Amino acid sequence: MDIIFSAEELAFQQEVRTFLKEKYPDDIRKKQDSGISLSRDDMIRWQKILYEQGWAAVNWPVENGGTGWSPIQRYIFENEIGAANAPEFLPFGVKMIGPIIYTFGNDEQKRRFLPDILSSDVWWCQGYSEPGSGSDLASLKTKAERQGDHYLVNGTKTWTTLAQYADWIFCLVRTSSDVARRQEGISFLLIDMQTPGVSVKPIITIDGVQEINEVHFENVEVPLENLVGEEGKGWTYGKVLLEHERTNMATVARSEYRLNRLKEQAGQSVHGGPPCMDDPNFARKVAAAEIELKALEYTQLRTLAAVAVGKAPGPESSILKIKGTLVQQMLDELLLEAAGYYALPYVPDQYDLEFPNSERIGHGAETRSSLKYFNNRKASIYGGSNEIQKNVVAKHVLGL
Amino acid sequence: MNFSLSEEQSMLADSIARFIDNDYGFEKRQEIAESEKGYSPELWRTYAELGWTAVPFAEDDGGLGGGPIELMLMMEQFGRGLVVEPFLATIVLAGGVLQRAASAPQKEQWLSGIIEGSIQAALAFSEPQGRFEISDIATSAKANGDKYILNGHKNLVLNGANDDLLIIPARTSGSQSDQSGITLFAVAADSAGIERKCYATVDAHHAADITLKDVQVDAAAVLGEVGQGFATLQAVIDEATFAVCAEAVGIMRTMHDKTVEYSKNRVQFGVPIGTFQALQHRMVDTLMACEQTYSLLLWTAMLNTANDPDARKAISALKYQIGTAGRKVAQEAVQIHGAMGVTWELDIAHYFKRFTAIELLFGNADFHLNRYIELS
Ligand SMILES: Cc1cc2nc3c(=O)[nH]c(=O)nc-3n(C[C@H](O)[C@H](O)[C@H](O)COP(=O)(O)OP(=O)(O)OC[C@H]3O[C@@H](n4cnc5c(N)ncnc54)[C@H](O)[C@@H]3O)c2cc1C
Repeated sequence: MDIIFSAEELAFQQEVRTFLKEKYPDDIRKKQDSGISLSRDDMIRWQKILYEQGWAAVNWPVENGGTGWSPIQRYIFENEIGAANAPEFLPFGVKMIGPIIYTFGNDEQKRRFLPDILSSDVWWCQGYSEPGSGSDLASLKTKAERQGDHYLVNGTKTWTTLAQYADWIFCLVRTSSDVARRQEGISFLLIDMQTPGVSVKPIITIDGVQEINEVHFENVEVPLENLVGEEGKGWTYGKVLLEHERTNMATVARSEYRLNRLKEQAGQSVHGGPPCMDDPNFARKVAAAEIELKALEYTQLRTLAAVAVGKAPGPESSILKIKGTLVQQMLDELLLEAAGYYALPYVPDQYDLEFPNSERIGHGAETRSSLKYFNNRKASIYGGSNEIQKNVVAKHVLGL
Repeated sequence: MNFSLSEEQSMLADSIARFIDNDYGFEKRQEIAESEKGYSPELWRTYAELGWTAVPFAEDDGGLGGGPIELMLMMEQFGRGLVVEPFLATIVLAGGVLQRAASAPQKEQWLSGIIEGSIQAALAFSEPQGRFEISDIATSAKANGDKYILNGHKNLVLNGANDDLLIIPARTSGSQSDQSGITLFAVAADSAGIERKCYATVDAHHAADITLKDVQVDAAAVLGEVGQGFATLQAVIDEATFAVCAEAVGIMRTMHDKTVEYSKNRVQFGVPIGTFQALQHRMVDTLMACEQTYSLLLWTAMLNTANDPDARKAISALKYQIGTAGRKVAQEAVQIHGAMGVTWELDIAHYFKRFTAIELLFGNADFHLNRYIELS
């Protein structure tokens, strides 16, 4: 039993590190490291750098323009990105809709959409949730009626992440209510955000940021050719995507990065006072988080080992999202506590690299720690809430 | 044994509760919070007219002679209403110092105006290096003839942007974390040499970081005895800690109630989400946390009313409970609201943020657990 990488894998790891050292832009690094949100342009610029390297789609097969990497390579890559605290590729294009299109879409759709996803020339957003349909997604009501050469779409999607930047939205819509199971009336539609009748209304999150939106569809005409796969099969396609989303959420390396930052920050005197770690209460909580994270790392490696030899991941994979978000939230709390009173100022203007240092309140990411703590309560809510995840484990793993 | 309130106490609690229900709805609160000052000067006058600003002060000073029970009742309601007016800063903190340490002329100069609602004030209880340790004071006050020269840095001065009064604890002798050698100064907010960086805090309250550069104050500005300010400072911070705990209890209870209500109305899978046992048990847990915390609050109020030797220890117990069991209540409320819980639009998010600020104010759970052990 060991977790030693092969010589090729080690060489690959070195290649990723060298790439990050040379190509990860300084200004983006600075923003990331001080917890400043990236602009739309920052995100696209970084994704294009990965694209030029040929590393945009680490989860896609080669024939569709992906890297075709082995699970171990993907693991190494994502680990290095996390360890460098570099931005992750936005999930909506490459992680979510891309695989649906190359798996269930027709050739024309592949030609039309995949290249722009790879090159980040088109921004996608995810239109699943609705005001009345969150955990119970299959109850969704957004209606798409077939009328000649198009669908007429009416309804509201909500909590749509970064829809304000999006060129396209992929949606689950109801094409029929005359079915035995409500899931069978759901279809998968691709909708151009510029189509008349589509409107986006911002939703401000707890930390004062426009991260999510409501997207309204009022008599929106969507060409029939924008249907993915078969009518009434959207639910099965969408479900594949959800599973995909779940296994991508452990974010072990990023939590490790944050843990190290926490230990560094709390281990030294920040404003001339004694280090937080001098308090055994605090040191104990940090150790507990570290232990939980170590367990998670090995759980993830077990999953990886199974997948690497072509086996289906065992029940341990289904706990990755729950535990992954739990560790993230433990770290959020500890970073907040470490910042002490400097967690409290709310000065959005200073979360900009140009803001004069002399005017700043607190050091670096301190005053962002509270906002991160507030915002990241979402981690246990979205992508299938942790309660829903546990229901899934109870049903499919425990057979209850 | 008697946990019931006196008639006057009930009337006080009821009058604030009515005000919150009728005049301080969430939308109104948000409007006030987003206004320039971050609170309503107009409502502050109303609070004064209703006598609320007088409650904690002795009758001889023009107050109503209220004690911990009255303060608790008020703060619970302020928590429920997410009140942003600077009651904690002006009345409990600055007023608390003046009531305990000011001379008759100083009370005439400052405290009367505070009670009347015409003077705003702040107590600079923290320095950057001190974390939660109030005796850690590097700000110096050097005697110079019949004046003092103040130099130093204060952070998170609540209501520190006010135009009237800053109470500055500074060191006249001793080394940085000594309890002796701390002197309290009443400094006019517009004194030369005071630089303020003012900001809103995450809970929509307001604070300032203050730099004092050769600020000259008269000897007449000393509150109490030179070098003996710590006892006052500690008593005031204890009372303020108790006050924010009561506020937090009001917040916890409100978050819990709103969550239970939400779970009865939010339908998923064809049924209200409150019918899922996974959520029911968690709401029972938050109910238990609310009840246990309320019990500690009453215990603390009683010990502090009686000046019991364990009064301070009780405050630490309560603050620890707020930072642990209370935090769980707040987090569960957000979680059970789903995505709604992390939106700016919903009050739950704002209760969550105020609660989090209170967790840190005057020392978090770790700090008070240590203090509890020290006092045991
Ligand atoms: C920041 C953020 C970004 C998001 N981005 C997107 C996006 O881009 N696209 C998109 O489509 N959606 C997005 N979502 C929506 C997200 O997927 C939903 O919030 C999630 O599915 C939960 O739905 P809900 O918010 O309606 O909560 P509800 O389903 O109403 O749930 C409320 C509470 O009840 C619990 N609950 C529900 N059913 C059960 C049950 N059977 N047993 C036990 N507990 C239960 C839930 O766990 C939760 O705690 C986003 C959400 C957030 C917070």
